[in-house]
Amino acid sequence: MQVVIIKYNAGNIGSVQHALRRLGVQGMVTDDPQQIRYADRVIFPGVGEAVTAMKYLKDKGLDQLIGSLNQPVLGICLGMQLMCRHSDEGATTGTGIFDTAVKRFRIDEKVPHTGWNQVIIGDSPLFDGLTTEPYLYFVHSYYARICRHTVAETVYGIRFSAALQRDNFFATQFHPEKSGRVGRQILKNFLSL
Amino acid sequence: MLAKRIIPCLDIRDGRTVKGINFVNIRDVGDPVELAVRYVEEGADELVFLDITATHEGRKTFAGLVSRIAREVDIPFTVGGGISDYTDAARLLNAGADKISLNSAAVKDPAVIDQLAGRFGSQFVVLAIDAHDPGREIPDTGREWEVYIHGGRILAGRGLFEWAREGQERGCGEILFTSMDHDGSKNGYACATLAKLSGELNIPVIASGGAGSREHFLEVFTEGKADAALAASVFHFGEIPISGLKRWLADQGVPVRLS
Repeated sequence: MQVVIIKYNAGNIGSVQHALRRLGVQGMVTDDPQQIRYADRVIFPGVGEAVTAMKYLKDKGLDQLIGSLNQPVLGICLGMQLMCRHSDEGATTGTGIFDTAVKRFRIDEKVPHTGWNQVIIGDSPLFDGLTTEPYLYFVHSYYARICRHTVAETVYGIRFSAALQRDNFFATQFHPEKSGRVGRQILKNFLSL
Repeated sequence: MLAKRIIPCLDIRDGRTVKGINFVNIRDVGDPVELAVRYVEEGADELVFLDITATHEGRKTFAGLVSRIAREVDIPFTVGGGISDYTDAARLLNAGADKISLNSAAVKDPAVIDQLAGRFGSQFVVLAIDAHDPGREIPDTGREWEVYIHGGRILAGRGLFEWAREGQERGCGEILFTSMDHDGSKNGYACATLAKLSGELNIPVIASGGAGSREHFLEVFTEGKADAALAASVFHFGEIPISGLKRWLADQGVPVRLS
């Protein structure tokens, strides 16, 4: 199985590759549109600052490509936010794969939302074999509003989308690659789709 | 509910885990990767690796070690110690670190916080502050906690609270506060100061220095209002097993992640 990790200026992409390797899969990090188009699985990772990341994607023409993919795609954290319709941070792929807006947290809690929080999981093959409210690792200052594509929710000052799903597109706000055993199961489920 | 985090800290010298007591005496406790994997299995929520090597060769060993850690560890980890500029930080990010902790370098050139947070995001930058309470010698003078750099050897000329606030404004994502007065004492964390710090900031505070019993962890989360508690020797020497600690904290009503 050919798994690609989309390369762009967005934080610790190596950790996704390591997580795949622990599952016995060699993930290829690339920004080559051809390699991405013909891969069996595409992971769109990212953490950190959106504007520079988005510029890189646009320069490489990847912003339009992601929305046109037919194989299973998994967006993680910033990757997920870039797949949404609109963002307060001023950066999305514009493809609006997920019909929701990304807002900055305006809550009494500390921001960034950092650490392990409980996820109320819904019906998605990503969550096969998990208990109902597992803890997963989050670190983010922006969140995606609940929408018709929400398949998991978390509460932090406000209730937001912890995971989104639409057709072949999957996305998590948390970092499965950094979420121990539970995260490992989610990545395994994605690879088994 | 967001869980309170338990964070074992591994001090690394020349590729081995060591633990300094009161920043001076050093005991060797073993291979860092082996220890890290053990902590992950026991339920650690995050790990911190601090490079206390002084030599250039030792620093190269450390970067190699970070790559090994990144391959084995599937929870977030922070690396720190001797990061002097953007290049050092970027190298450690590429080696697989999720976060870096800045200490002396940030005091000398605070703009490095803006630079790293701007480029890699706030979540990448932890501001580590070592401070001492001058009021311990002369109580009730109202003097602020004094920040020290270079492993607690040099007075930085900054106060704990104003420096932490500046760090937050410049974009760091977390504050790791070590009370030099409590570190190594095993008499509990600096809870009153931590509570004040946590109340003044809008970013998470990691408490460090003083853990000696499981009650100290309970206090630091309830009275100290800390978001995370860091400790070293009580974990390294098996005095407080992490899994038992977390189960006990859960029984006391502290939100923790049980695996």
